[in-house]
Amino acid sequence: MHDDRGLTILVADDTSTDRLILETIVRKEGHRVISAKDGVEAVALFVQESPDIVLLDALMPKLDGFGAARQIKALAGEQLVPIIFLTSLTDTESLVQCLDAGGDDFLSKPYNRVILQAKIKAFNRMRAMHGTMLKQRDQIILHNDHLLQEQTVAKQVFDNIAHSGCLDASNVKYFLSPLAVFNGDVLLAAMRPSGSMMVLLGDFTGHGLPAAIGAMPLASTFYGMAHKGFAMTDILREINNKLKTILPVGVFCCATIIDMNFHKGTMKVWNGGLPECFLYRAASGEVESVRSTHLPLGVLDSKSFKDDCLNFELACDDRFYMWSDGIHEARSVDGDMFGEERLVQVFKDCVKPEALFQDVLGKVQAFIGEGEKDDDLSLIEIRMELPENILSKSVDFNASRGTGLMEWSLQFEVKPASFRFFDPLPLLLNILVEVPGLSSHSGELYTILSELYNNALEHGVLGLDSCLKKTADGFGQYYSLRQERLEKIDQGFVRFGLDHKTGDNGGSLMLTVTDSGKGFDHQLIQSCELKMQGYCGRGIPLLRGMCQSLEYLGNGNEVKALFEWENDS
Amino acid sequence: MSTKQRLDGDILAMLKDVMEDEFPVLIDTYLIDAAIRIKALREALNEQDAETVRITAHSFKGSSSNIGAAPLAELCMVIENSAHKGQLAGIESTLDEVEQEFMAVKQVLSEL
Repeated sequence: MHDDRGLTILVADDTSTDRLILETIVRKEGHRVISAKDGVEAVALFVQESPDIVLLDALMPKLDGFGAARQIKALAGEQLVPIIFLTSLTDTESLVQCLDAGGDDFLSKPYNRVILQAKIKAFNRMRAMHGTMLKQRDQIILHNDHLLQEQTVAKQVFDNIAHSGCLDASNVKYFLSPLAVFNGDVLLAAMRPSGSMMVLLGDFTGHGLPAAIGAMPLASTFYGMAHKGFAMTDILREINNKLKTILPVGVFCCATIIDMNFHKGTMKVWNGGLPECFLYRAASGEVESVRSTHLPLGVLDSKSFKDDCLNFELACDDRFYMWSDGIHEARSVDGDMFGEERLVQVFKDCVKPEALFQDVLGKVQAFIGEGEKDDDLSLIEIRMELPENILSKSVDFNASRGTGLMEWSLQFEVKPASFRFFDPLPLLLNILVEVPGLSSHSGELYTILSELYNNALEHGVLGLDSCLKKTADGFGQYYSLRQERLEKIDQGFVRFGLDHKTGDNGGSLMLTVTDSGKGFDHQLIQSCELKMQGYCGRGIPLLRGMCQSLEYLGNGNEVKALFEWENDS
Repeated sequence: MSTKQRLDGDILAMLKDVMEDEFPVLIDTYLIDAAIRIKALREALNEQDAETVRITAHSFKGSSSNIGAAPLAELCMVIENSAHKGQLAGIESTLDEVEQEFMAVKQVLSEL
């Protein structure tokens, strides 16, 4: 196409002399010539041969050059087929007529070989450029279609995950900009087994696919953990870790998470990077704002991440408002931003609290008017309400709370062949931290389990005397004896019993450890426990500090430790 | 009527250069074509067909111009313009001039 030689050029002229001259000039330039004697023939040859450039005489029998030019341009469609009019017409009107008919240039008689060559070269360059442009345009269209399709898929997938929550509850009002492409704003709401509602409003940096990539794990973690009853702080930490791991530097999620407990009339708020939220008090009509005190999710590693929340006591009909910066940055036709002052004013002007949500939305939308909707409006109101008054299709708010694993027990026995190599503690701890409520107490639980197991194994099954550990020498002797007896052991057991119950405000775990040893005078130990010093005897007082109760039964080979925990909300 | 050369030597030289062996064919073609045009002009004038006069004169003007016969092309343009205005009255005498000029051109061309 860039080759100036080897083009096919259509010559249409009714005068054989002129045609002969043109044909010869063009052919000598190395092009292929096809000739027509009139306009009809020219159009027919154009269809048949698809020439690259057309040289058209203006006045010809049957169909003149103007008519032929129109037909040829129509047939060429979006391809550029340059038409050069051959003319001895000189009046302005005729020349304009040539251009109107689709002509790109003129060649006047008498023909000049050098000028014709130059024009053919120039138009061939233009043709090549036009061809490149068409190809690139088609590529851009293709890429754009592809992009939109990907983003639509991303949004659909995201919508499926995000909208499995309880945003339809009767105490919730929300607005999200209806955009075809994911805009980076995320709104999630879930009921927790404890009967509180957890809501997350997030604003990812960026739009479309990159933003949606982070939104997927955010939503699935949120719903997965909220439904299992994990604490809000656990969920926050997990989401932060996931996003920090997955997202590239510079991509993160500004978010506010609340946990509203309708039974207790309380609310926890964590705000990381979103504009300050408003709490509207129904009784006084006053507004308390909750500023961001944290970095957005996905910025800090788990060590630096802070999960401290603000706690509020709420009365019925108190309303909590969250928004992304789209509200503050909404622009009017004149380019002004809506800003915080106007937002505060809406609340000051409030007469009917139940209309506040519509007021805010209405004011912002009226402010934007016909202006450019360049950011995303996301707004949500959550109202404190008695649980029995909340209606939702997706969640039954009146179902008895704490559905799921309420009460369970587990027996686990370590037998002789396992004592030497097997440590039962990680296995048991793994089970316990999977229980909602217990997960945040893994440290204490490990200490308790470890102390009880070691006592049962060493003093009970192996029959080692703790008095040995009173001196440094004895301490060493104690451990070599322990090793010696472990290697020979062929009988005995340590039995764990775990009994767990969940209540309204928390739960209790009863740990029973029984061993096959002959026991000891636990009454004596208990009475002189506090006097014990040195290398031994630190364990029991430590356990007493962690457990609600700790008691030895029977002849001392059975111990019961009661661990109680409270809900975080 | 015109002080221009009857036949432009530069144009003829260019044509010779371009056409090479085909140059005599081009001259023959022009001479045959011209004779046909003059005959057609006469007939159209007799029939008072101004449009045919105009188109024929236009084509004859073009080919004469291309061959380098500028005075002949100018005479054709006079006829084309009159026909365009519908004034066929004075064309007869101009056509006579065209015929004389063509005979002269033909003479020069045949001597090449």
